Amino acid sequence: MSDQGNRLGRLFSWDAAVVLVTVIVLVVASGAVENFGTSRNFTFLLLDLLPIALVALPMTFIIVTGEIDLSVASTLGLTSAVLGSLWDAGLSIETIIPLCIVLGAVLGALNGFFVTVLKLPSLAVTIGTLALYRGLAFVVLGDGAVADFPRAYTSWVTGTIGDGPVPNVLIPLVVAAVIFGVVLHATPIGRGVFAAGAGEQAARFAGIRTGRLKFWLYVVSGAVAGLAGVLWTLRYSSARADNGFGLELAVVAAVLLGGVSIFGGKGTLPGVLAGVVLLASLQNALRLQDVSNEALNIVTGVLLIVSVLLPNIVSSARTAVRRRRQVTPER
Amino acid sequence: MTATKEAPVTREPAVHSGRSWAANVFKARESGIVLALIVLVAFTATQNSRFLSGQSIRDILLGTAILAVLAVGQAVVMITRNIDLSVGSVLGLSAFAVGTLMKDNPGLPVLVAVLAGLAVGAVCGLLNGALVRFGQVPALVVTLGTLYAFRGVSYFWAGGQQINADKLPASFLDFGTASVLGVPWLVLIALLVLVAAGIVLRSYPAGRELYAMGSSPQAAELAGIRVGRNTIAAFLVSGALAGLAGVLFAARFGTVDAAAGTGYELNVVAAAVVGGVAVFGGSGSVWGAGLGALLLTVIGSALAVLDINQFWQQAIVGALILLAIGADRLVAVRVAKALKKRDSHV
Repeated sequence: MSDQGNRLGRLFSWDAAVVLVTVIVLVVASGAVENFGTSRNFTFLLLDLLPIALVALPMTFIIVTGEIDLSVASTLGLTSAVLGSLWDAGLSIETIIPLCIVLGAVLGALNGFFVTVLKLPSLAVTIGTLALYRGLAFVVLGDGAVADFPRAYTSWVTGTIGDGPVPNVLIPLVVAAVIFGVVLHATPIGRGVFAAGAGEQAARFAGIRTGRLKFWLYVVSGAVAGLAGVLWTLRYSSARADNGFGLELAVVAAVLLGGVSIFGGKGTLPGVLAGVVLLASLQNALRLQDVSNEALNIVTGVLLIVSVLLPNIVSSARTAVRRRRQVTPER
Repeated sequence: MTATKEAPVTREPAVHSGRSWAANVFKARESGIVLALIVLVAFTATQNSRFLSGQSIRDILLGTAILAVLAVGQAVVMITRNIDLSVGSVLGLSAFAVGTLMKDNPGLPVLVAVLAGLAVGAVCGLLNGALVRFGQVPALVVTLGTLYAFRGVSYFWAGGQQINADKLPASFLDFGTASVLGVPWLVLIALLVLVAAGIVLRSYPAGRELYAMGSSPQAAELAGIRVGRNTIAAFLVSGALAGLAGVLFAARFGTVDAAAGTGYELNVVAAAVVGGVAVFGGSGSVWGAGLGALLLTVIGSALAVLDINQFWQQAIVGALILLAIGADRLVAVRVAKALKKRDSHV
């Protein structure tokens, strides 16, 4: 239990450290990397981090409860494929977009059903649906692409507010981030999420219906992934079954980098958003330096490992120091 | 202190009788796969007789050989309640390394290629194992990270170049196609791996320790099992076998680029899970994993023969994973119920 308190205390400093590192990366990259500090690049950076940030919001909740959702990128891909084929079939985009978000919610509900009703491990379930949803995306659309979406929609998604560098789509993202942040940190739902992650049984004794809570988290996660699929499709004006491939790694990496414990129970949403910005700016800066997309995989992978290793190393170092301190006065 | 010491003692009889129970049920599980295989093969053969031609069977066996070698490694790791998602990337790295080695040194014997692939894989596995052991972090996160990191190394190294069959020495390519008494070398190697791993897991203390770790890491630790060392060993085995699979891959296809084996981890996990290896650790066998690999390969081949969109394959893999873990849960619940009933009689 004392270890728990120590970890909670450490968390705040981890958050602060991530924010600090993010600021350093932004400053250094602006100075050292050509074109990084331009307003045009700023727009692209924000557009690039949008899907990661969006999907990371519900993912934070899910990981805090001690579960995981690896199927988000496949949900995004399936939504994109369905969007494309419905558009091809002649439905209006105003009908398709809400349908896609509902589809995402249904896919999330299926995850939730397996995890909370059948009580299967979320890791195994979402590895299964990762394959299932991506496979269905290919079944729906094959390896072709659907383009020619209405200009008004695609240009809104890629456009900026006024003539400034801030993309339009940042508005819904900021609204969503505020809502998710308030819910997580200032409502009974949020407290339930932390309680479920800290100790499922204790949470249940305290009257929190953890199963129902988790089920709805998966529904929200799916719906948000569906929305991300819509925005992704409109941004690139291309519905493809392989859209968002591998995105789950970037999302999980950003969430863990932001100080959320993979064991559940700890984390903050501001920390996660800092993690998203850190990851996206690093990738953006490296890409401007002509580092290949594939080599960026190494950076993401290593960051993911470091972000789970470092807290443990720091904590065991602290424990060692404390032990030494405890021994000294006795002499 | 006393509470933690008591736990394994009170648990021991339950685990023991659970094992014999589970063994019976899993025997049934494996026969379930065999049944599914028979039905699938019979149905496909009636639709298209080409399915049972010598060439088709040969292709299925070769495909199964590579997947089965990977699945055996995965089973070893999963039995210890861990997972190795990096196997597809390790396969790719090893295949490219061996391809480059053989291209640059045409005179090298095939055995050197095999050893080189094993070594590349073992190094990757050792890294995974050390990160899991000393970092005290879930294998899922570590191997998700190394999945991308190892793949990144392949891309970095290959830089878009591809090794083609015409650049590889004939002896190496022959190894991919040659057979002994009609059985391809690749299949023989896979069988050898399967039998060796099966015997070690079943009959040697080292193998039994892995099951004990998977059933309850704390209890295993208290029982004097060196959990940390065994964890590293399990990842080492999985990595080395993924490296071996890379050699088989390079020899069979003759064409290797940085993307070789992308997405294999899904099929491998599916093969192990479908074959009855529990994601919660502690149960399952490499035989099951091998059968799972065979089933997945036959499904892929059947889809092609039946003229069904190949894109269905990935969806089926996903559905099979869900089905298998669902069945696993069902078995676990039933075993628990049966044990409770038996305890109440005593």
